[in-house]
Amino acid sequence: MTDLVAALGQRTLLGLQGLGRAVVLVLRLLAAVPAALRRPRLIIEQVYAVGVLSMVIIVVSSLFVGMVLGLQGYYTLVDFGAAESVGTLVALSLVRELGPVVTALLFAGRAGSSLTAEVGLMKATEQLSSMEMMAVDPERRILAPRFIASFISVPLLAVVFSAVGVLGGYLVAVGMIGIDAGAFWSNMQSAVSVRDDILNGFIKSVVFGFVAGWIALHKGYEAEPTSQGVSRATTMGVVHASLAVLGLDFLLTALMFD
Amino acid sequence: MPADSSTTEPLVKARGLVFRRGDRAIFDGVDLDVSAGRVTAIMGPSGSGKTTLLRLIGGQLRPHAGSVRVEGQEVAALPRPGLYRLRRRMGMLFQSGALFTDLSVFDNVAFPIREHTGLPEPLVRDLVLLKLQAVGLRGARHLMPAELSGGMARRVALARAIALDPVLVMYDEPFTGQDPITMGVLVTLIRRLNDLLGLTSIVVSHDVHETMAIADYVYVLADGRVIAEGTPDELRDSSSEWVRQFLDARPDGPVPFHYPAPALEADLFDGGEGR
Ligand SMILES: Nc1ncnc2c1ncn2[C@@H]1O[C@H](COP(=O)(O)OP(=O)(O)OP(=O)(O)O)[C@@H](O)[C@H]1O
Ligand SMILES: [Mg+2]
Repeated sequence: MTDLVAALGQRTLLGLQGLGRAVVLVLRLLAAVPAALRRPRLIIEQVYAVGVLSMVIIVVSSLFVGMVLGLQGYYTLVDFGAAESVGTLVALSLVRELGPVVTALLFAGRAGSSLTAEVGLMKATEQLSSMEMMAVDPERRILAPRFIASFISVPLLAVVFSAVGVLGGYLVAVGMIGIDAGAFWSNMQSAVSVRDDILNGFIKSVVFGFVAGWIALHKGYEAEPTSQGVSRATTMGVVHASLAVLGLDFLLTALMFD
Repeated sequence: MPADSSTTEPLVKARGLVFRRGDRAIFDGVDLDVSAGRVTAIMGPSGSGKTTLLRLIGGQLRPHAGSVRVEGQEVAALPRPGLYRLRRRMGMLFQSGALFTDLSVFDNVAFPIREHTGLPEPLVRDLVLLKLQAVGLRGARHLMPAELSGGMARRVALARAIALDPVLVMYDEPFTGQDPITMGVLVTLIRRLNDLLGLTSIVVSHDVHETMAIADYVYVLADGRVIAEGTPDELRDSSSEWVRQFLDARPDGPVPFHYPAPALEADLFDGGEGR
């Protein structure tokens, strides 16, 4: 019993220490941002690696999500004689919730994991060490561009997700079920507000991009320099980033849409 | 070669150096001087802390006690910008090579030049090709690190370490994995770079013969201390048992071959209770 308490206490302490180091890292990364911005090529390379290469999975998933929303929305609404509102339902679900959240989760799995593994391996093979000995700061040269790229990519991917998702909903509702296209779009337009829905959804995705990039890089940078350490860091990175995104989503939703 | 090292301040000066990993003291009061313009060799059994020493000089590790001064500056006390300024004047060949795996051989060597100088690309190209020529790998410039043999990777790392013509070059096991011909070339290269460019070199190596051939001064580390030092000639004439064992490669003697462990009999027959 005392063992259990001690073990619990130790885990909590370790967890808090990790959190502390993560906060220190993010502060250092933020401080490195101005210097990193002066070398846009490094950032563009990373936007390509984490953002552009995630496009396929984002487009395919959002298409399916939108189509499912269209179907489910129709099945539910048709009982109330409100089948024309299916466009509204699809758009609001995507813009407010599914766009930012699912994009961030997919990003954590697709791009975050590769960031963690890449940085962890660079550490394990002494590449970061040797960079330091060349008087090149790895936080500025390696971590900061990747951090900025995540921060840029997730909101853009979320926009793509929502747009393609709406298209998916349209295909099902109008193309398959036969709802009037004019009603589909006009209902959607009148119900979706730019400030309340689109802007708030965008803010969410900005926060998620920040957090997903931060956690992925932190895990990689802190990884034990062994193959096991890197693999564990990669798994934990995805798990922690996903949990953080979902938790923050609740928090932000409570703050935004009251 | 400077005529008298005692009159000039050494480039690297360690005094009473103590460094521990857990409870194990890797260094327990080490004094060591690296004179400017000389090739200083650090020898010692595996695990005696040679790499650790280089990291202490480079400021990647901090001593628990004592001091390491480079060009008169206390390395551990330097703030980050000062430390980075100092490191620009140091080159280090990592034991593992530590090449950037996503960059080609050419880009690896060009990396420090591009990061620290605003040189136009044609000039960078010339510099890189000269460095690669020096290590005999000009023709391999398009290869990726994964396509190199261990010995080639180390030579690329060497070219990268000297890319910025540093004042102090630290070579961690430059000869490992080299064939006899390359080894000969590298030995002369290190000596020649040192003398022509007026560098100061620290060579960590197990290759007693090669190292003794190019070193001006040799330190032998074991058990956390300097157990012998002197010019190669002095060491060859030394009658100390430590030195004899090391130079003659005898397995038994005062330098332990084994990492500290309980007696083998006890370990083998303890019924598998301990690991
Ligand atoms: N990251 C580390 N954590 C804990 N102990 C370490 C670490 N790195 C090295 N050591 C220990 O420090 C000691 C000295 O290591 P170091 O790498 O300096 O040896 P070395 O003299 O360079 O050996 P070799 O000739 O085999 O390269 C070793 O006994 C090793 O067990
Ligand atoms: Mg070593």
